[in-house]
Amino acid sequence: MAKIRKFFYRLKDEGYSNWVFIFPSMILLAVFALPLAALVLRSINPNFFNDAFSEQAFKALKLSLVTSSITTIVAVVFGTPLAYILARWKIKHKSWIELLLDLPIVLPPSVAGLALLIAFGRRGLFGSTLSLLGISLPFTTAAVVLAQTFVAAPLYVRSARIGFFQIDKQLEESAHVEGANQWQLFSEVMIPLAGRTLISGAILTWTRALGEFGATILFAGNLEGVTQTMPMAIYLGFERNIGVALALSVALIFVSIILLMITKKLEKHED
Amino acid sequence: MKRLIALTLLLAVLLTACGAAVTSTPVPTTATEVPTLAPTAVPPTATPEPQTLTVFAASSLTGAFTEIGKAFEAANPGITVTLNFAGSGALRTQIEEGAPADVFASASGKEMDTLVTGNFITKDAPQIFLTNKLVVILPANNPSALEKLEDLSKPGIKLVLAAETVPVGNYARQALDKMNGSFGTDFKDKVLANIVSNEDNVKQVVAKVQLGEADAGIVYISDSIAAPDLKSIEIPTDLNVIAKYPIAPLTKSENADLAAKFTEYVLSAEGQAVLQKWGFAPIK
Repeated sequence: MAKIRKFFYRLKDEGYSNWVFIFPSMILLAVFALPLAALVLRSINPNFFNDAFSEQAFKALKLSLVTSSITTIVAVVFGTPLAYILARWKIKHKSWIELLLDLPIVLPPSVAGLALLIAFGRRGLFGSTLSLLGISLPFTTAAVVLAQTFVAAPLYVRSARIGFFQIDKQLEESAHVEGANQWQLFSEVMIPLAGRTLISGAILTWTRALGEFGATILFAGNLEGVTQTMPMAIYLGFERNIGVALALSVALIFVSIILLMITKKLEKHED
Repeated sequence: MKRLIALTLLLAVLLTACGAAVTSTPVPTTATEVPTLAPTAVPPTATPEPQTLTVFAASSLTGAFTEIGKAFEAANPGITVTLNFAGSGALRTQIEEGAPADVFASASGKEMDTLVTGNFITKDAPQIFLTNKLVVILPANNPSALEKLEDLSKPGIKLVLAAETVPVGNYARQALDKMNGSFGTDFKDKVLANIVSNEDNVKQVVAKVQLGEADAGIVYISDSIAAPDLKSIEIPTDLNVIAKYPIAPLTKSENADLAAKFTEYVLSAEGQAVLQKWGFAPIK
């Protein structure tokens, strides 16, 4: 009670001007909180466990976790060198490369899916070359990973670039004076110092890949156990039985919360 | 702590506000408010009230209902027809969740029955307004050289169907059951093993075949007529499944008269002629 009284005193003292900040913030938070709360409330019913632990749900969750993990590994392996170049090297046309990396973040995933299909589909620009090698991407798990990489990997590169960029120039110079080569500088100075942003970037990519839907349904299709990820199972559940869609949504929210909490922990730990 | 209290207060305020908003402003009000102000300036009989009619229709009706909607608007000045196309099951769920629809045109009786059970539609309201049947579609260059129905079981071909939860996907599986009788008992299993994707609506199946990503798809004959660049393999009547499409106005419709009028129009000679043009079999 005392706290409530103190709260109102404070409002009075400051001439209610606090509300200029509090009210809009609350409205925006409500926009996020209300639908999620409604979803969780509505999913609480006797069928929840049947719906959430069906074989289809299990396959979809497994596929989602496997593909999004591979996507994250791909993003780290190929994205770290790219982020390093962008942050520390003097190269031409850097802003164009950065633009190319930002585009997948702002484009709707449906555009990404269509672009992938037009490029790597059977009749796509590179489709005939790929089929000569015996590779056909659409409708495969590899297509799911490619769609997720297109949409989610730029988030890692962006985060890692900022991490590398913030490292003091003097550290780099003194490493050079000590006789460190490019690789030693990278692995012994840069990676440890940028570690936190690398990890939080990787988790951001992971969660985004976990939620990928638009590019996947266009490019990879929907087949249980092969290309049917959680978001896809949720979308099709909506057509058949909203209970299944609700249960899977809640499960996905739960997994996302865990991943985000790990990120927060890592950030705190590093501070 | 105090933030939490403020948040709770705000949520309470917001929830009541939302509740009030829903009950006090039904969707079509914006459209009907204009004429209530107008009578002083315009004689009452001069122009009919502008009204909006919202029609939820199965994906396969996309072309036909777009045309019927325009014809209905032309025949009834002041009326705007808003169309929402998706898989019949998705539309049914949207209606159950309170989407403001006036008319529902479904590709299967099942979705209609569910809505009748839930009191969203009156028991005797649904009327069959067309029939449709299945056909196998192939890309123009027919990469896997498919020529007859039996070829669907060739190992390794890429077959795309609609998901089993979508009416056309369900009909396709029923047809495969019938084919088991003619082509051997393991025919259906072999065909199902060739599926590379279960799409969420019939137009996506057509798109995947048109793009050449799939070697074959099973869709409605109306869809193959709407996509003349595709090749097709006919399914004989005894192996085919006849889809009966029901239409009905919704009990919660704010424009009951108009909804009934639209349903009548679809069943009229004019409406049926448009449906026939788009490859459906008219009922009259």
